Amino acid sequence: MKRAVVVLLALVFVGAAKLPTEHALCTARAQYHIRLVPLGLGLREQVGQLGFIAALSGFRSLVADVLFIQAHVAWERTEWSRVLLLFRQVTTLQPRGVLFWEMAAWHMAWNASAAALDDVKQPRLALRIKTQREYFDLGRDFLERGIRNNPERPQLYEALARLYRDKYRDHGRAAEFFEKAAAQPGAPSYAKRFAAYELSYCEGREHEAHERLQQLYSEGENERLPTLISRLKFLEDKLNVPREQRIPDTAR
Amino acid sequence: MPAPTHRVFSLGRIAAIAANTLTELTRLRVFYALLIFALILIGSSIFMARLTFQQELQVLKDISLGAMSIFTSLLAIVGTARLLPQDIEERTVYTILAKPVARFEYLAGKLCGVLMLLAISVGLMTVLFSIVLFFREQSVLAETTLQMAGLPADQLSEAIRSVRASAFSANLLPGIGAIYLKGCLLASLTLFISTFATSNIFTVVVAMVVYFIGHLQATAREFWLLEQGGGPFSRTFLAVVALLFPDLQLFDLADEAVLGTVIPFALFLKTVALGCFYVVLYLLLAVVVFAGREL
Repeated sequence: MKRAVVVLLALVFVGAAKLPTEHALCTARAQYHIRLVPLGLGLREQVGQLGFIAALSGFRSLVADVLFIQAHVAWERTEWSRVLLLFRQVTTLQPRGVLFWEMAAWHMAWNASAAALDDVKQPRLALRIKTQREYFDLGRDFLERGIRNNPERPQLYEALARLYRDKYRDHGRAAEFFEKAAAQPGAPSYAKRFAAYELSYCEGREHEAHERLQQLYSEGENERLPTLISRLKFLEDKLNVPREQRIPDTAR
Repeated sequence: MPAPTHRVFSLGRIAAIAANTLTELTRLRVFYALLIFALILIGSSIFMARLTFQQELQVLKDISLGAMSIFTSLLAIVGTARLLPQDIEERTVYTILAKPVARFEYLAGKLCGVLMLLAISVGLMTVLFSIVLFFREQSVLAETTLQMAGLPADQLSEAIRSVRASAFSANLLPGIGAIYLKGCLLASLTLFISTFATSNIFTVVVAMVVYFIGHLQATAREFWLLEQGGGPFSRTFLAVVALLFPDLQLFDLADEAVLGTVIPFALFLKTVALGCFYVVLYLLLAVVVFAGREL
C-alpha cells in the first residue's frame, strides 16, 4: 500500500514537472505548423464510430486514406455527391494534405462540373450551367480552405490560379494567384511566367504585363519560350512599342 | 586468492538478460507480424496502381507508416506484457534473482530486450518500405519522363522533382524514429503495469486504455477547454489526466513527414528527450513496485 502511494505521488509530481515541457513541445510544433487537428463531433457521424476512434488513436492519416480511396471509387462511378461528402471528410481529417485539397477541387471544378453540363437528365441548359457554376464554386472553396490551412505551399495557389484561368476566365485573379504561388518557397519556376501570361490578357494592364514579360525575356534563353514570345509580340503591337524597343523578329 | 567483488550495477548482467529476452521473443515468432506488414505493403502497392503517382506514393507512405505504427505499438504492448508473468509461471525469475542479480537489473534487461526487438522490427519494416517505395518511384519516373518528353525542360524537371519529393526522403526518418520512440514508451509503460498486474490480459487491456487516453487527451483538452469553455469539473479532470498519462500525440510526427513537412532537428531532439524521459520514468516506477513484490 505504501509503495502504491509512493508510485502515485511520483506520477503526480513528475507529471506536474513534465507539463511545461509538453506544453513547450506543443508550442514548438505549432510554430512549424505541426499542430493538432481539431476533430469536431460532427465528424463522428460522418466517418462512423470506428473511423472516429481510429482517427483519434493516432491513425488519422490511415482513415483519411481509406476515405480518399472510397472517394476515388465514387469518382469512377460518377457519384458526385458522395465524392463531395468523402472529400469533405478527408480534408477535415487531414487538412495539411495538399494533395487532398487539390484532388477535391479538381474533382468538383473539372469533373463534376463537366458532368453537370452534360447531364442528360436535365433538359434546361440554364439549370445545367447553374449547376456547373456551383461545382466551380465548390472547387474554389476547397482550394481557399486548403490555402488557409497550408499558406506556405505553392501548389494550392497554383491550382486556384488554374481554376480562375480555365473555369472562371478571370485572368486578373489567375495572375494574382500565380504570383502568390511564385512567392512561396519551393515554387515551380514557371509560376512567375504564367502570372505574366495571365496579366497579358487583362484589359488595362497591358503596360504592366509588357514590363513583366520583357523582364522575363531579358533573363535569358530559358525564359524565351514560344508562348512568352508570342504574348510579348502581341503586346508590342497592341501598345505600339517603338521598333527599337521591341524584341528581335527572329525570336518570333 | 581474494573473493570476487560483486558490483551493485552491471551492464554485463543487463546485456545478458536483454539478449535472453530478445531470443525468447524471437522464438515466439513475433516476426510473423513483419510478414503481414510486407503483405499489406505489397498488396496496397498493387491496388494503388489505379491512382495517380502522387496519390499512390502518398497513400503508400501513409499506409506503410500507419501499419508500422500499429505493429510497433502492438509488438511493444503484447511482447512486454507476457515477460514477467511468463518468467514467474515458469519460475525462471527465481533462478535469475537467486543469483546476484538486482531486481533493477532484471527489469532493465527485460526492457532492453524488448527495445532491441522493436529496433530490429522497425529497422526491417523501414528497409522493406524503402525497397517497395524505391521500385515504385523508379517506375513512376520512367513513365513521367516518357509522357512529358515533348514539354519544356523546366516543366519536365519540375515533374521529376515532384516525383522524387513524393517518394522516400530523409524527411521520413524522424517520423519513423518517433514511431520507435512511442513503441519504447509503450514497452516501458507495459512493463510498469505488469509489475502489479494480476494477469497478462489485464496488462494488455490497461496498456491499450492508456494508449487511447494518451492519444485522446490533447483532442479532449482542445474540445472542452477551447470550444466548450470548460467548467471546473472538466478542468480538474483534464488536469488529472494530463498529470497521470503521457500525451502520445506529441510522438505523431509521421503524418507530417509523409505530407512533406520538414521536421526540424531541434523539435525531433525534444521529442526524443521526452520519449527517453518517459521510458526511464516508467522503468523506475516498475522497479519501485517490483522491489516490494513478494515472489
